[in-house]
Amino acid sequence: MYFQLAWRNIWRNPRRTFVIISAVVIGVWSMVFLSAFSHGMLASMLDNGKSVLIGDIQIHNKKYRIDPSIDNSMDNPDKIRAVLDKTLPQGAVLTERIKVSTYVSNARHSTGAVLVGIDPENEKKISFLGKSITKGEYLDKKDMRGILVGKALLEKFDTAIGKKLIIMARDKKGKVASKAFRIRGVFNAEMEATEKQFLFITMTGARKLLNMEKGISEISIVLNSEPMVEKTAAEIKNRLDTELFAVETWKDLLPMLKAYVEIFNGFMYIWYVVVFVAMGFGIVNTSLMAVFERVREFGLLRALGLKPWPVIRSVLTESIFILLIGIIAGNLLGYVSVLLMKDNGLDLAMFGKGSEFFGMSRVIYPILTMFDVMNVNLVIFFLGAVVSLYPAFRASRITPVEAMRQ
Amino acid sequence: MSIVRAENIKKRYIQGKVEVHALRGVSVNIDQGEFVAMAGPSGSGKTTVLNIIGGIDNPDSGQVIVDGNNYSDMTQSKLAELRLNKIGFVFQAYNLIPVLSAEENVEYIMLLQGVSAKERKKKARAILDDVGLEGKYSRRPSELSGGQQQRVAVARAIVSNPAIILADEPTANLDSKTGESLLDMMKKMNREKDVTFIFSTHDNMVMEYAKRIVKLKDGQIENDIIKDK
Ligand SMILES: Nc1ncnc2c1ncn2[C@@H]1O[C@H](COP(=O)(O)OP(=O)(O)OP(=O)(O)O)[C@@H](O)[C@H]1O
Ligand SMILES: [Mg+2]
Repeated sequence: MYFQLAWRNIWRNPRRTFVIISAVVIGVWSMVFLSAFSHGMLASMLDNGKSVLIGDIQIHNKKYRIDPSIDNSMDNPDKIRAVLDKTLPQGAVLTERIKVSTYVSNARHSTGAVLVGIDPENEKKISFLGKSITKGEYLDKKDMRGILVGKALLEKFDTAIGKKLIIMARDKKGKVASKAFRIRGVFNAEMEATEKQFLFITMTGARKLLNMEKGISEISIVLNSEPMVEKTAAEIKNRLDTELFAVETWKDLLPMLKAYVEIFNGFMYIWYVVVFVAMGFGIVNTSLMAVFERVREFGLLRALGLKPWPVIRSVLTESIFILLIGIIAGNLLGYVSVLLMKDNGLDLAMFGKGSEFFGMSRVIYPILTMFDVMNVNLVIFFLGAVVSLYPAFRASRITPVEAMRQ
Repeated sequence: MSIVRAENIKKRYIQGKVEVHALRGVSVNIDQGEFVAMAGPSGSGKTTVLNIIGGIDNPDSGQVIVDGNNYSDMTQSKLAELRLNKIGFVFQAYNLIPVLSAEENVEYIMLLQGVSAKERKKKARAILDDVGLEGKYSRRPSELSGGQQQRVAVARAIVSNPAIILADEPTANLDSKTGESLLDMMKKMNREKDVTFIFSTHDNMVMEYAKRIVKLKDGQIENDIIKDK
């Protein structure tokens, strides 16, 4: 009967109840949707950032970060390979690269770029390159003269698949090496800059061009779980001579991205607070109005022998009903709107071109995590219940005598 | 045996800067089974007396003892329990919880007292029959006339066998015919169930129903007449 009473009471003034429910629905919905959206956005930023030749962990010659030249390559990678064999967890994938700055030209154009010698099979598993060939074909392991270029560079150079590019770079002996490579395929990247920055040839092709026997510039590792990254990096550091080698995680390599992640989380919290303050005021105001409209009734209940606590409880029961209705509806709405965008994502193009700047994809796919949903619901429920305590408390302070004199 | 004993009750209210002496020393003794009217002009202190006897207002000085319970020894919480179990209230209006049916309004008190659902229903219907509301169990207060609402309030007050029922101008909002029939019903309950009724009124006709009339004037008892008959 207590529940019945509360249930009927909340429908005495349906309009007011709807106002509170809407506040809760909007709060829950926006929080659920926003956390899913920002998660998607972050994931896309991270994926894009990491997949452009970063990965989760990288190993370089210690001097490479300051001077990324061929002189600072790791000339005896066998030791490192042995260490990685022992330390990498299940599911980890790694690839090796030779990376040098180069000068690329054809008959009419020329520009500076980064030439990357890759192991085509491993590279495919790790970086964006495997999924990004839009024209022509990917490199074959044995291809000594093939090259992959970005779409933007191809257009800038006004060239096409099958045509040649001249690559010039300083080789291991300090001499200038120069050789023609044939364009095998064209890759697309999320960012135009990436398409202009990198050129890919095979590892063997690179060794030949640069007169490099065993050396490599970097090892890039991708793990299958984010929480393992720091731990694994620490373990590798433990076993390698850190005077010679630098072991870095994506957070070290992409400090901007790390900052974005933090700023983003900060924004989310601010949004939570804004939503909650608005919702909280809505709830307190409307419930107080409801309480003051029913002064006579609360006075009557006290006269009949109710103590303050049962009065608080009955008002709280009403608030909790309203909260629950709002939370359920808000979750459904949040879930539906995430579902609607699951397949096609949210195309940020409608907000203009600027988003590329942040290193995220044009299309964001929201990611709904159980943890976020639970968080949102618990926060709204508990804070909602807490702010409802105030009107409930006010109701319990109404005495029969003052109620009757109204 | 006296069920209500009030001794030298004084009460003043401060309203702004004005001090109102609502009661200037009221003493009254009421026995089990009495049917008493508190009479007197507006502002004479009737409501204040009833509220103090009912334990919803505190006297500044003096003692109230209801069914052996001395209010000055009791906490607010104990007073609330006493109201729940020993005192029935009938107010001039707004006696009922609007979202509950007649039957549920009567049951509500028993629910608070911890009476089982089955017994609640049985007792509620029986008492509603007694006050003349058979068949109107599931009507909401808004679907009942003023007189019928007051009957539900009396039924609710009686149902838990209280020591006293305090009714502050129960007929004030009713036309005289409805008021009379309500009083007839109260009197019948008083006779049949031996419940003590104390009600206030400034209506001479209503006073006629009482076996005893306590007349208040300016916060004091002017006279206390027990009719023999
Ligand atoms: N809470 C209060 N605050 C201030 N003054 C009060 C309060 N309650 C009662 N009074 C004053 O005390 C006096 C007695 O009031 P009370 O309500 O007991 O009279 P009453 O006999 O019931 O009158 P009525 O017939 O109008 O109901 C009045 O002058 C009233 O204004
Ligand atoms: Mg009065």
